Amino acid sequence: MAVDISNYLAVSAILFTIGVVGIFLNRRNVIIILMSIELILLSVNINLVAFSAHLGDLVGQVFALIVLTVAAAEAAIGLAILVVFFRNRGSIQVEDVNMMKG
Amino acid sequence: MEPVMTLQSLLPIAPEILLSVGAMAALMLGVFRSDGGVALCSGLSVALLVAATLLIWLLPGGTYLLFGDSFILDPFARLMKSLVAIGSLVSILLSIDYMRSGRMTRFEYPVLIVLSTTGMFVMVSANDLVTLYLGLELQSLAAYVLASIQRDSARATEAGLKYFVLGSLASGMLLYGASLIYGFTGTVNFHRIAEITAAGDPPLGLVFGLVFLLAGLAFKISAVPFHMWTPDVYEGAPTPVTAFFSAAPKVAAVALLVRVVMTGFPSIVLEWQQIIVFVSLASMILGAFAAIGQRNIKRLMAYSSIANVGYALVGLAAGTEAGVRGVIIYMAIYLVMTLGTFAFILSMRRGDTMVESIEDLSGLWKNNGLAAFILTVLFFSLAGIPPLAGFFAKFYVFLAAIEAGLYPLAVIGVLSSVVAAFYYLRIVKIMVFDEAGAPFEPMGGELRAVLGVSGFLMIFFVVFPAPLIAIAQRAALSLF
Repeated sequence: MAVDISNYLAVSAILFTIGVVGIFLNRRNVIIILMSIELILLSVNINLVAFSAHLGDLVGQVFALIVLTVAAAEAAIGLAILVVFFRNRGSIQVEDVNMMKG
Repeated sequence: MEPVMTLQSLLPIAPEILLSVGAMAALMLGVFRSDGGVALCSGLSVALLVAATLLIWLLPGGTYLLFGDSFILDPFARLMKSLVAIGSLVSILLSIDYMRSGRMTRFEYPVLIVLSTTGMFVMVSANDLVTLYLGLELQSLAAYVLASIQRDSARATEAGLKYFVLGSLASGMLLYGASLIYGFTGTVNFHRIAEITAAGDPPLGLVFGLVFLLAGLAFKISAVPFHMWTPDVYEGAPTPVTAFFSAAPKVAAVALLVRVVMTGFPSIVLEWQQIIVFVSLASMILGAFAAIGQRNIKRLMAYSSIANVGYALVGLAAGTEAGVRGVIIYMAIYLVMTLGTFAFILSMRRGDTMVESIEDLSGLWKNNGLAAFILTVLFFSLAGIPPLAGFFAKFYVFLAAIEAGLYPLAVIGVLSSVVAAFYYLRIVKIMVFDEAGAPFEPMGGELRAVLGVSGFLMIFFVVFPAPLIAIAQRAALSLF
């Protein structure tokens, strides 16, 4: 059975949705939010590589590599901010991120 | 064999190269100096920004394309980059007094601003989706760190965390949109995308991608419905950082948005126009009404910046050359107004504590008449009262909207600016008529200079409007 591009797009769309829902429905831990963000970026990569293979155009794969690199930098900064937050508040529960209303 | 690239051909990107190399040098200086080198790093960063601005204007006018058409330097990019550089430079100047008082002695602050400015320069010059993403991320990553730079403050780190989570979500949405646009057009270059979308009916996937892309960008300019982070981050971050966030990144992100829709999707105006109209209306209305109940002046400025972005988008919604000209004029004047206001907010200090409540301004007229006068001018200008510059900013965007036949947008915009005038005038009333409180500490020299210059520009724009309008006209023309 040949795997059509729409299958890849469907997987990527599902992963993207899980990532977005994970950010908003998660009431427990900020680490889970960071994982959800990673999931969103990886779903984008599936999209890019699938399109790249489908179109026979390399730009998509280059873009995917760049996204991977930036995602690593983003995760590093996210974890660093989380560490200083934990030092100040002694907790990384989502419901404790509440000093300012909004 | 012909060389692919010569040193000469790198000249259009020289400002970005200078800023990134210079920032790394400043970082080294800061680390190896035993005293922390705050003054040295600030001075070096200001010099770098000045040099970069000069480099932008060094090449003869015209449009330059670089790196396989992924990087563009045109009159629009030149003007917006200069505005961004001014915003960043003034943000560094505004921090000097704050640092001297010992609240935040970190040499990283000016260095991060320079790095963020590099990202903004790349954003403004982006001519394909990859460059757009890289510029945006460089700007945002530096900004996340800036928001939580006061790392022993619970409020600042919470602001940084919120900004990071929502900002990464926005980047993810923008990227998802970019991947769909790439998939359905087969290219990442804005000009090629424009050619392909002009060829026939846009596929549904492309429109989906455009919506995601615009959602991501709307977050970066803090337009409703992606504004939730703005009040919290503005309130929690140290005040110099808030001043920075409200000025330069807004200008860069609006410039990026204008370039994406104007060069990438000019043939499907109807698809994106309704999104921009909705975002603009929602921002203006929410910005006007939500600010009324605020007691903290930084939160108030957050809602004010949301409303201001809404007004700027009115010009973009028109989708015409006059509209883009209006956006450029609006952002230039907004930059001056907001930096002037923050120069004053940074001087709101009694003894050793910074005060941020609007009630603390009571009776300022008696304590410091000149500062109160300039602040009144700035608030009148923000409210759009003629003959101050803020009136002309609004005039040009609404004019463009009416010429494009967007009557409901223009009418609701003017009405919401009347509502917004209420809370600006309320502050003026508190300053002039209320019982005088204890006076603030004397203002630092840099703060005084920034406040004075911005007040001067607001009052005298009506006498010399021609240079800004002419240069904005030329910049807008280069996008069509």
